[in-house]
Amino acid sequence: MELTVVKERTEQKKMNEGKEEKAVVYRTKNLNLWYGEHHALKNIDLDIYENEVTAIIGPSGCGKSTYIKTLNRMIELIPNVRTSGEITYRGRNIFDKSYRVEELRTQVGMVFQKPNPFPKSIYDNIAYGPRIHGIRDKKILDEIVERSLRGAAIWDEVKDRLHENAYGLSGGQQQRLCIARCLAIEPDVILMDEPTSALDPISTLKIEELVQELKKNYSIIIVTHNMQQAARISDKTAFFLNGEVIEYTDTDKLFSNPSDKRTEDYITGRFG
Amino acid sequence: MKKLIDQEKVIKNMAGRLVKNNFFKFLFFLATVFGLIVLVVLLYRIFTQAIGWLDIDFLQNFASRRPEEAGIKAALIGSLWLMVIVAPLSLILGVGTAIYLEEYAKKNRFTDFIQTNISNLAGVPSIVFGLLGLTVFVRGMELGRSVMAAGLTMSLLVLPVIVVAAQEAIRAVPNQLREASYGMGATKWQTIYRVVLPAAIPGILTGSILALSRAIGETAPLVVIGIPTFIAYLPKSIFDTFTVMPMQIYNWTGRPQEEFQHVAAAGIVVLLFVLILMNSIAVFIRNKFQKRF
Amino acid sequence: MAVIKQDSPTYSVREMIKEKKAKQSGLMFVEKLMPKLLLLTAVISVLTTLGILFTLLFETFTFFSRVSIIEFLTAKEWLPWNEENGSFGVAPLVTGTLLTTGIAMVVAIPIGLASAIYLSEYASDKTRRIIKPILEVLAGIPTIVYGFFALTFVTPLLKQIIPDLGIFNALSPGIVMGIMIIPMVASLSEDAMSSVPNAIREGALGLGSTKLEVALKVVLPASASGIIASFVLAISRAVGETMIVAVAGGSSPVLSFDVTQSIQTMTAYIVQVTTGDAGYGTTIYYSIYAVGMTLFVFTLAMNLLAQYISRRFREEY
Repeated sequence: MELTVVKERTEQKKMNEGKEEKAVVYRTKNLNLWYGEHHALKNIDLDIYENEVTAIIGPSGCGKSTYIKTLNRMIELIPNVRTSGEITYRGRNIFDKSYRVEELRTQVGMVFQKPNPFPKSIYDNIAYGPRIHGIRDKKILDEIVERSLRGAAIWDEVKDRLHENAYGLSGGQQQRLCIARCLAIEPDVILMDEPTSALDPISTLKIEELVQELKKNYSIIIVTHNMQQAARISDKTAFFLNGEVIEYTDTDKLFSNPSDKRTEDYITGRFG
Repeated sequence: MKKLIDQEKVIKNMAGRLVKNNFFKFLFFLATVFGLIVLVVLLYRIFTQAIGWLDIDFLQNFASRRPEEAGIKAALIGSLWLMVIVAPLSLILGVGTAIYLEEYAKKNRFTDFIQTNISNLAGVPSIVFGLLGLTVFVRGMELGRSVMAAGLTMSLLVLPVIVVAAQEAIRAVPNQLREASYGMGATKWQTIYRVVLPAAIPGILTGSILALSRAIGETAPLVVIGIPTFIAYLPKSIFDTFTVMPMQIYNWTGRPQEEFQHVAAAGIVVLLFVLILMNSIAVFIRNKFQKRF
Repeated sequence: MAVIKQDSPTYSVREMIKEKKAKQSGLMFVEKLMPKLLLLTAVISVLTTLGILFTLLFETFTFFSRVSIIEFLTAKEWLPWNEENGSFGVAPLVTGTLLTTGIAMVVAIPIGLASAIYLSEYASDKTRRIIKPILEVLAGIPTIVYGFFALTFVTPLLKQIIPDLGIFNALSPGIVMGIMIIPMVASLSEDAMSSVPNAIREGALGLGSTKLEVALKVVLPASASGIIASFVLAISRAVGETMIVAVAGGSSPVLSFDVTQSIQTMTAYIVQVTTGDAGYGTTIYYSIYAVGMTLFVFTLAMNLLAQYISRRFREEY
């Protein structure tokens, strides 16, 4: 029954496609960011749409990780960071004083470069988010845990050892666990910062399949240093270079017919 | 071209240099095992002196003028009473300070000042803490020579050690875990309380138990406070006078009668046993939870 | 595979979070309160230092209102118990302290440094793993136990070599104090030597140096600041050490450098007064604060010096 509900919804979405513009989730206007004196992001303008996978590519140090961390204000954990400009999430300026970071980060989940499960049981890892947000009912937590693990396609692998330490899982499993942990609070957007860079090819493939599945219900922004990955899984791709957006368009177009010379140089492997 | 280095000479020297190396290596090794030898001699001496004096009666008797009747009961129980104050107080203050310095404090001169202050406090001789305790707790607050006065003094004495140990443990928690928690919308305190502290607890406990075992063996501050050594009752509350094992041993060591040396040795064995017990727990925790990240 | 979000048949986590959020005003209160509470605990350590300083200053001041500071610093006799012509010259106590400290350093510095060299340059990982915990045990033995050991074992042992040796003397507690401090010197010096990068060692070994030459000519100079800092800390530790000298050193404040006879250190004097029956408010009572102050200033200066040395001359790799 659950399945049919989902199916109906996605079918409906497919029907809508092409008819009307997708809603904008994130709108970045003239964003600048400095680490101390270093100007890391320069005049970024970028719109990110609902239920799409947006890939951000570029050579190391181009600012792609910085940008994605700015979207949920994780960047502020680094001292001496300064920003100017505006990012609106669902119409609200995320830098607004009245907008608490905790609220933003509840709506915008994040998956990190290296899998970072807590040194707790698998169950407690997933239940962490709901618990900190005040959900304590054991029955509800049980259901959330199962639902999230299923959502991250790892339920079958761990259902018999929910109360074992998450550190016993393989790297790929840990990363899917982190995705499940993220799903447990039902975010609206999922930020992924090079989620497969520490994983082997088979685990990478599993995560990529998962991303495809998740985009039906979530908007996903993924930073990757792997161009093939961006081409495989994303709908739109932004190419960053030296803190600037060089090109941002449909993935198919960017990889087949880039309009900027530098994009072409990068995707053909002439640098980076 | 004439060679600047005479290879033959180098080879001839080589033998001497190698002999020298081996000789010094042996010397350095000897220095290293010297500590071990002393430890063995010390333990052997004390155990042989204690034999025959250490029995159930020794654990059950109070102090006495007659060596054969002297026991460590009051001191052993007293040391436990001391821990009732020192353990919770120094842990709360020490871990609290460490969390503040590692997680909240901004990098400024005030933070530097607190940090420098703590490392300097760690270098203050324990007897000076005794003078502080005598003036502030025993006389100033009129706590007398009580468990409370001694406990407060000892808590301040071990505080810097616990702070430093807890800081190291907290620093060893990878930042990724904090990021993961913040990424879920957790607040700072939620992150500290639910992620950082549980991950740091083994390290904190190991360091703290070692610090507390120092408090168990410490004598000088208690001498200065005036903790008595001849006590034939057990404290009923934290405001009663009491004695502790090192004080009792100090008292026995100073007695002119030869027999009291054996009593002192027996007391030392009991003290060392308690310390070994505490250290084993610390080592156990360290090994059990080592390298989890 | 079912990916469920707001389509959940039973409830939505997102809605629940929103609901709970409205009720979580307590959470924000805790969030604001905790840093203040924790700051309070951090301030306790500062208050402790201030407490020590004010206690010492205040009571020392009282002492100097009765005994002139000139007498304290220049008189050559420490005779506080004499009612009529008592004298409060701190020199004999300082001499006693320096004497035992000096002996301790003669033991602790060479042996500690040699151990450090062995552990850092020669020992295998396995040996290190065995020896370091043993040194830790040595450092963890209560000082009263060392005092007992000095009085009942080392002194009689030395008496067989030096028949003139008094029951109380400077030599025996000095040596035992040195043994107690070996682990401290060894471990701090080893830390300093271990932080010298291996590339530097390999460079020297590659030129055909023996391990000894690498240790003495490359590693030691490169880690000199840390090693010297460890010596200074060891001195500070020996100066403040109490129970060993109180038990085995004696209580005769004499201005002499004879290590075979009874002496009295600053710490032992404080012990003698506080275990005795010198009443509260007497000059003798206040004198322990003046002596404590001297001790405090001395050890603080040593600790600051050690910090300065290791900070100022730290090698950056």
